Amino acid sequence: MIEARNVSYRLQGVQVLKELSFSLAGGGLHGIIGPNGAGKSTLLRLISAVETPDEGELLLDGRRSDRYSRKEAARWIAMLQQGGLPPAGFTVREIVAMGRYPFQNWLGEEKEDPSALIDEALETMGLLGLQNRRMDQLSGGERQRVALAKAMVQQPRLLLLDEPTTYLDIGYQVQLLDTVRRWQRSRGLTAVAALHDLNLAALYCDDLLVLHEGKVVAFGTPSEVLTADMLKRVYGTEAAIITHPGTGAPQVLLQTMKG
Amino acid sequence: MKRKLLVYGGVGVLLLAVSVVVSLSIGSAGISLRDVWSILLYRFTGLEFGGGTWSEGEMAIVTEIRLSRVLLAILVGACLALAGAGFQGVLRNPLADPYTLGVASGSSVGAAFLILLGLQTAFGIWTIPAVAFTTGTLTLAAVFWLARTKGAMAVETLILSGVVLQAFFGAFVSFMVSLSQDTVNQILFWIMGSLAMRSWEYVYLLVPFLAVCLPVLILYGQPLNLFVLGERHAAHLGVRVERTKLVVLLTSTLLTAAAVSVSGVVGFVGLVVPHLLRLLVGPDYRVLIPLSAIGGGIFVLWADTLARTALSPREIQLGVVTALIGAPFFAYLLYRRKMLQGGAS
Repeated sequence: MIEARNVSYRLQGVQVLKELSFSLAGGGLHGIIGPNGAGKSTLLRLISAVETPDEGELLLDGRRSDRYSRKEAARWIAMLQQGGLPPAGFTVREIVAMGRYPFQNWLGEEKEDPSALIDEALETMGLLGLQNRRMDQLSGGERQRVALAKAMVQQPRLLLLDEPTTYLDIGYQVQLLDTVRRWQRSRGLTAVAALHDLNLAALYCDDLLVLHEGKVVAFGTPSEVLTADMLKRVYGTEAAIITHPGTGAPQVLLQTMKG
Repeated sequence: MKRKLLVYGGVGVLLLAVSVVVSLSIGSAGISLRDVWSILLYRFTGLEFGGGTWSEGEMAIVTEIRLSRVLLAILVGACLALAGAGFQGVLRNPLADPYTLGVASGSSVGAAFLILLGLQTAFGIWTIPAVAFTTGTLTLAAVFWLARTKGAMAVETLILSGVVLQAFFGAFVSFMVSLSQDTVNQILFWIMGSLAMRSWEYVYLLVPFLAVCLPVLILYGQPLNLFVLGERHAAHLGVRVERTKLVVLLTSTLLTAAAVSVSGVVGFVGLVVPHLLRLLVGPDYRVLIPLSAIGGGIFVLWADTLARTALSPREIQLGVVTALIGAPFFAYLLYRRKMLQGGAS
C-alpha cells in the first residue's frame, strides 16, 4: 500500500529524510519510532501526500503521492495530528462534520446525508453527550477524541497518527490506542503511527520502522526490532528488554548509568 | 446552517431597509418627510402624490445627493466588513482588518499619488481602484515580510507591523496632499475618510467589485472554517491551503482598495462588524460572510448618517465616527485576548 523508493526530503535547507526505501503492506498497525528529530512527523506528512518528496518516489496504492489532488487524497487518507485540535468556537458536532469536507461539492453538499455517520462516530468516541459543547470548553483529552471522531467520519482507508498520545495521561493513552486498533481491525484499515513511547509501540503495533537521522535503521516485528543493541545505537541509552507477562510483547526498562 | 442564514439574513435585510428609510428622511436641508417620499415615488415610478410641493432643488438633494450617498455608504461598509472577515479568517487573527493591517492606508497612498499628479482618470474610471489595489497588495506583502519570524506569524506582531506601515503611509498621504493645490478638506478626506460630495458614478464603480468578490468569499466559507483548526488540519482535510490564502487575501485587498478609492480610509469597520456577528451567529464563515456584507452596510450607513447630521450643517468625517466606535472595540478585543491568553476566537 505504501512504498518508498529512495525518498529524500529537505526542510528549510536541512536534509530531514535521506534516501528512504521501505514498503508497508495494506492492513495492520505500523509503528514509526525513533529519537527526537529523526524525521517521524516529516515522513508521516509525506505519506499523507500533503508534502511531496524532493527526490525519489513515494507510491500510495501504486500511484505517486504527488499525483493526488488535495481532495482526492483526503477522501482516503486521514491524519490525527500531534497535540490534537486547537480550541475553537465551533461545537463538537460541527468539528466532527468537517471530516466530510473532501466529499462535498462546491456548494458544501454531498450525495448522501452524513448525519448517521456523524452520530456513529460521536457514539464510538463517547462524545454524544458533548456534541453541542464548544471546543474551547473541552479538555485536551476530549479534544483528541473529537479529532479521532473527525478522522472516522472521513472514512479513510489509511489512517496516520502523529504521536497521538502526547500530552495524554496513561489512561487516555491506552483508551485512545485501544479505540484506534479496534477501528483499524474492524474496518481493515491500514494505520501508520509515529510513536514516542516504545512500550506502547511494542504493545499495539504489528511492525515497527525505526528512523534515525533521517534513515531507516531497522524494520520488523517489535520483538525483532526492540533490542538492547538497537536502543544503544539509536537512542544512546542502556536498557533492559523484558517480555510482557500478558501479551508477550517486548517492553523496555530504562537503566541509570552504573557507577 | 441554511436556516440560520435565512433567518438572520432576512432580519438583516429588513434592518437595512429600515435604516435606508430613516437615513433618507433626515438631513440638513430640512425637507419634510412627506416631500422626501413623494420625490422618491415620483423619481422611480413617475407617480405624483400628495400635491408635489417640492422644488427642483429639493428633488436634486434627495435623488442626487442623499440617495447616492446612502447607497454608497452601504456599499463601502459591505466591502470593508467583507475584507475584514476575509483577513480574519485566512490569517486566523481576530485583530486583522483592512485598517489595522495597513492595507487601507497602503491603498490610499496609490490613490492620493494619482490625484496629486492629476492622473486619476488616465486609464478611465478604473485607474484609481487599480492603482490602490496595487499599492494595497504591496503593503500587505510588506506587512507579512516585517511580521515573519521563521515562517510563523504571531497575531500581535502582524498587527504591529500593520500599524507601523499605516502610520508611515498616513504621513506620506498627508505630505502629498500638502503639496497639492487643493484645500485642507482634501487632507482630512484621505486620512479620515468621507462620503461627502460623491455622486452616482462612485456607486456604479463599487457595484462590480462587490458583485465579483462577495461570491468568491462565500465559496471560500467552508475552507475558512477548516482554517480555524490550523493550516495543517485544513490541508489534511483536502483544502488547498496556499490557493485559499492567496485568493482570500487578494479578494479582501481588492475590496479594501475599491472602498478606499471612493471613501478614503474608513477604519475599523472590518473589525467591528464580523466580531459582533460572531457573537450573534457563531463562527461559521458560510453564514458570517454574507451577513458581514449586510451588517457592514448597516454599520457604515448609520455612521455616515451620524457624520452628516450630528453637527449639521457641518460634517464630521466618516472615519472619525467609525474610529470613535472602533478603537475602543479594538482595545476590548485586545484585552479579552490577553485574558484568554492565545485562544484564537
